[in-house]
Amino acid sequence: MQSKYDVLVIGGGPAGAIAAKTAVEKGLTACIVEKRPAIGAPVRCAEGIGREALMEFIDPNPCWISAEMTGAAIIAPDGTLMQLSSAQAGSKVGYVLDRKFFDRELVWRAAEAGADVAVKSRAAAPILENGVVKGAKIEHLGKVTKVTADITIAADGVESKFSKWCGVDTTVPVREIMSSAQYVMADIDIDPHSTVFYLGNEVAPEGYLWVFPKGERTANVGIGISGKKSGSGHRAINYLDAFVKKTFPNGKTIEHIVGGVSVCRPLDCTVADGLIIAGDAARVVDPLTGGGIYNAMYTGKLAAEVAADCIAKGDVSKKALMPYDKTWRASKMGKAIERNYNIKEYLIKQPDKKLNDIIHSVSKLDLKEFSTLTLIKELIKVNPKLVIELGALAASIR
Amino acid sequence: MLKVHRDICGYCGCCVSVCPEGALELIDAYLSVESNCTDCGICAKVCPVGALEAGHAK
Repeated sequence: MQSKYDVLVIGGGPAGAIAAKTAVEKGLTACIVEKRPAIGAPVRCAEGIGREALMEFIDPNPCWISAEMTGAAIIAPDGTLMQLSSAQAGSKVGYVLDRKFFDRELVWRAAEAGADVAVKSRAAAPILENGVVKGAKIEHLGKVTKVTADITIAADGVESKFSKWCGVDTTVPVREIMSSAQYVMADIDIDPHSTVFYLGNEVAPEGYLWVFPKGERTANVGIGISGKKSGSGHRAINYLDAFVKKTFPNGKTIEHIVGGVSVCRPLDCTVADGLIIAGDAARVVDPLTGGGIYNAMYTGKLAAEVAADCIAKGDVSKKALMPYDKTWRASKMGKAIERNYNIKEYLIKQPDKKLNDIIHSVSKLDLKEFSTLTLIKELIKVNPKLVIELGALAASIR
Repeated sequence: MLKVHRDICGYCGCCVSVCPEGALELIDAYLSVESNCTDCGICAKVCPVGALEAGHAK
């Protein structure tokens, strides 16, 4: 690690790795600092990603793909199943990744492109000069080193602190944190090529429970519930244990994972003087699905592109960095976040009976495009009354 | 003062994201509680495994 870079990236997840790789490809010097001793571990993720979304950044590789998905299923509170498949029967619609190897691959690529990487190295404080972020104090094995940078990219995840230290409020409202738990389970009976989502107040209040296959008889079995609904005796882990006991009584848990997923609106502003915030730290997780891998890679790449422009022009002020904030908000991703936030807000207010009714309306859907938007459109077709209930929101779905 | 049950904590950072005071920090496999913690209990509520206990006398 040097004492000065063009771009300093805090965090070695998908946002940070793509940001650093993009920065060095643009001719900048860059360094990723990761507080953990290993890239990719521990996993804090259900590991699902859509096929098109993944391929925008990287070609699928068996080294880090656990399983290929050809469909999905939604289970209503009363147990009714709705099957979702691609209009092109049997075609792949998504993947369940092995994040330990996926994240490592992304960081390898950044390193091979020329980025520096420092692990077990924590950004302990920003370097601030007249309110402008100029890098960070990096702690490694008890020693603190000053690393200056023209632009710092905060890609430090859901537990982000860096932006807060720089004066940006990143606090997630209690009702909008998904308090989550997941087991990697082995020796269970599953459909190895379909993700399954369980809905309902009894199963996962204001959230959902998932079974994401990672092989023929193994899957990520996890749950996220609203922080508002969490408390002593009714926490994510309690709901997960109850489900597992009932559904996979003979399964074996080979990994125990906990985490938090933000489903709030993104930060009001994702740049400051000398600072760009990307990925989960910017709260750009899809509020409906809780998916964040694509959004992290997208914002990571954009952050580095805007950083390169601003460094070339010699202006790294908040105003100069604003194109980052404006561009992602206007992007397909930004629009999907806003739309899905509103859909999420509608869905969490529905009683189980309403969810049952919606799912009863159709037992099987062949989706032309395998996305939440297409799914919602199809559901509206068979539940015309939804248009009235969705009100102004319906217009954004057409 | 907030009590962290280290044997239960999965050091996931869920609590850090909701702390209104910025008093929590996840340092790899260790949750640090700063002196500006007001013992409000928000973190204890959202913890997926119940590793945090608020309401202890300072």
